Amino acid sequence: MNQNLLSETSDWTFDLINIYDKAISEIAESYQLDSYPNQIEVINAEQMMDAYASIGMPIGYHHWSFGKQFLHTEKGYRRGQMGLAYEIVINSNPCIAYLMEENTMAMQALVIAHACYGHNSFFKGNYLFRAWTDAGSIIDYLVFSRNYIVKCEEKYGVEEVEKLLDSCHALMNYGVNRYKRPYPISFQEESMLQEKRTEYLQRQVNDLWRTIPLTKKSKLAENYQHFPSEPQENLLYFIEKNAPLLEPWQREVVRIVRKLAQYFYPQRQTQVMNEGWASFWHYTLLNTMYDRGLVNEGFIFEILQSHTGVIFQPDFDSPYYSGINPYTLGFSIYSDLRRMCENPTKEDRQFFPDISGSSWLETLHFAMHNFKDESFIMQFLSPKIIRQLRLFSVIDDDQREHLEVPAIHDEMGYRFIRETLADQYNLGDREPNIQVYNVDLRGNRSLTLRHFQHDRKPLDKQTAQEVLRHLHRLWGFDIHLESLCNEKVVESFHCPVLDESTSTPS
Amino acid sequence: MTYIIDRRLNAKNKSTVNRQRFLKRYQSHIKKAVAEAITKRSITDIDKGEKISIPKRDISEPIFHHGPGGKRSTIHPGNKEFIAGDKLLRPKQNAGGGSGRGQASNSGDGMDEFVFQITQDEFLEFMFEDLELPYLVKKQLIKASSMQFVRSGVTSVGIPAKLNIIRSLRSAHARRIALGGVTRRKIKLLQHELDLLLLQPELVRDTQRIHELTQEITRLENRLKKIPFIDTFDLRYNNDVLQPKPSTSAVMFCLMDVSGSMTQTTKDMAKRFFILLYLFLKRNYERTDVVFIRHHTSAKEVNEEEFFYSRETGGTIVSSVLHEMSDIIKKRYSPSDWNIYAAQASDGDNWNDDSPVCRDLLVNDIMPKVQHYSYVEITPREHQALWYAYEQVKEQFSDQFSLQQITDVADIYPVFRKLFHRRAA
Repeated sequence: MNQNLLSETSDWTFDLINIYDKAISEIAESYQLDSYPNQIEVINAEQMMDAYASIGMPIGYHHWSFGKQFLHTEKGYRRGQMGLAYEIVINSNPCIAYLMEENTMAMQALVIAHACYGHNSFFKGNYLFRAWTDAGSIIDYLVFSRNYIVKCEEKYGVEEVEKLLDSCHALMNYGVNRYKRPYPISFQEESMLQEKRTEYLQRQVNDLWRTIPLTKKSKLAENYQHFPSEPQENLLYFIEKNAPLLEPWQREVVRIVRKLAQYFYPQRQTQVMNEGWASFWHYTLLNTMYDRGLVNEGFIFEILQSHTGVIFQPDFDSPYYSGINPYTLGFSIYSDLRRMCENPTKEDRQFFPDISGSSWLETLHFAMHNFKDESFIMQFLSPKIIRQLRLFSVIDDDQREHLEVPAIHDEMGYRFIRETLADQYNLGDREPNIQVYNVDLRGNRSLTLRHFQHDRKPLDKQTAQEVLRHLHRLWGFDIHLESLCNEKVVESFHCPVLDESTSTPS
Repeated sequence: MTYIIDRRLNAKNKSTVNRQRFLKRYQSHIKKAVAEAITKRSITDIDKGEKISIPKRDISEPIFHHGPGGKRSTIHPGNKEFIAGDKLLRPKQNAGGGSGRGQASNSGDGMDEFVFQITQDEFLEFMFEDLELPYLVKKQLIKASSMQFVRSGVTSVGIPAKLNIIRSLRSAHARRIALGGVTRRKIKLLQHELDLLLLQPELVRDTQRIHELTQEITRLENRLKKIPFIDTFDLRYNNDVLQPKPSTSAVMFCLMDVSGSMTQTTKDMAKRFFILLYLFLKRNYERTDVVFIRHHTSAKEVNEEEFFYSRETGGTIVSSVLHEMSDIIKKRYSPSDWNIYAAQASDGDNWNDDSPVCRDLLVNDIMPKVQHYSYVEITPREHQALWYAYEQVKEQFSDQFSLQQITDVADIYPVFRKLFHRRAA
């Protein structure tokens, strides 16, 4: 048995990484994990902090906020408040994963299994990533955007560009198309198209500038018309195409931020699924290695210790509690799916008649390919996990004096908890729903946004006002934001701030 | 398919630009922190990094999010005693359970300040900013003490340019002797035997044996020849090590008037000037001592803390401090061993009859011993007798003596420039 061991000490070498990678990849293949080619980069702690600051992007444009992130990480690390993550992986083809040189061989193997086969296969398989991002061209696009922004900085000054980026970043979460699929473009095409776009756009926006008086007849014929004719949820897109005062290069920068937002959008929607998937596979792959005698007890103990740390879920009353750990939730769901397929109980047959007893590998792949967090939880959160995590629900209604516990982990509560938890991962609920409602084409060209309240949740006043200032910088004319509850405007914000009290219901 | 790439040798400062942008953006905050640090720190401790903290709200990047209120329904793990239908009192902010996401992230881990470290270079950069130093000078100040390469023996590894031929050949020679020793001894024995055989009369000679011996000797000699003349193993290289440039020691006298007329602001300004001088000396000399002497009507050597922060009242006799300095030089800092610098800060007040005494003391006793003496008068008012007395000193020692009036911080540098000019010339 001992002769099967890949290594005995905890030190790693490049040869060993190669050997482990090969072993893990063979096992992964036997589990039908289909992944992009891997590019494993060994880096040191300082480089890891760099990678952190740039969200794992190997290349990125310069902005002070990344510097802030870096200083923050650096401080935490130096003080020993936090260890660095063992890995960062980004969705590209080839899939780039960073390994820290300080890690032991066991940890490197864990990272390889987790990132290079877990996350990687998720990026390649999940429908959101397939539909919304193009792993092949992202690096190209990053190169393009960085070069473009550097050029702008040279031409228009660092400060100008920084201001613009600040404003775009404030609206980044509202720079995504939720329903329309953008199509991927490579670097060359992007540069070529960019020039064409510049020209074209300059001609387009002039509609807002039309000053030639319209004839009386047409004025009469033209009833009061909304612009845009339908509400727009992609604020950055709307600005890029319609803001009257932006220069062509500014539109391009808005576009760059918007594209990046779009690229990260699936990641924000699949946190639980993605981390759960990667955790499930590092656990399964490495245990298989142990079963086959490729690694020794010391190795697997180190892995398990780290694994339990990753999927640790503090209770709600613990000082370490900061919400549900996506690793725990995801890992539990995938593991329980496997259990239900292999050893279904009576309860499972009742709740999951299709799944219990089916092929676990197929079921897991199906679950990974076709869902996002919200629907994944809705579909697969089993009563057993609800009991295991002792989940309970709390309703906090500001119109009532008490908090209520409508459901806990029992027969009556499973469905309610499952639905509520699924809602909790619905980005649409999590972020305020804000849309472009109208532009006053005939008057002062002011832009009106509408916020549709969900369960009467109001906007945070201070940040809303600040974001409006950024929006004002981009749009160039007055901005109004109306907050609606049950079709009635209950609160409104303005930039520049109006003289009268800002939050009187109209 | 997997590619493994070692990126550890790549430049690690990918975030440098971003970091600098951040620092630039929050310049005013950092400057404030640096200014505070300068007043708090000791002069000799000035060239270190500093912890900067900025209120979190000043650097937040706003995005739309929900404020408190409305109806929130959330799921939490780890239920202990709740059952469906329970009603609970609303927990106070920060309590573990209960309220929704918005609050949970707001209360976070309760950090209101964004704290980070700036490096020594950055610290000095910010410190000098007020002083309007030209870049070149700043760079000289910031630069660590210069180093030079010094020969130190030989090593067995190095670059071809550093090859030490004599030592290499010597060790090659030694190796050849060592490796060939056994063979040579054998040859010697065989040769001896051969010689003996050859001495015998020709008829009784054992020609067979002679033939064998000659052959054996040739074989061994050939083997000797195969020992390489020089081997990589023999190569020796000159070894150089970095050493700080040898330089002698310097002592800096900080002289300051602490009479009632000196305010804390004036003292802070003086402190900056002293700091500059200290950094300058520290760069040029391996060892820099600082002596603090304060005076009102009488002078006293004190520690830094007392120097800058204790307050005295009363009149002013400047000559007292010059006497004290002269004494200390005599006792501890012989001009032959020490480069002596002195910086005097005062608001110009002096007892009128004392100023000529000061002048004479400087001219006859102190100036011949010091490298440079700078006098800064920190006052927006008219000059008094002391200034005019010092102007006479300046006439005699125009190179070594400088006097300047400072009314605000930006004036410090021109005074200081004198020092650099003198060195450059």
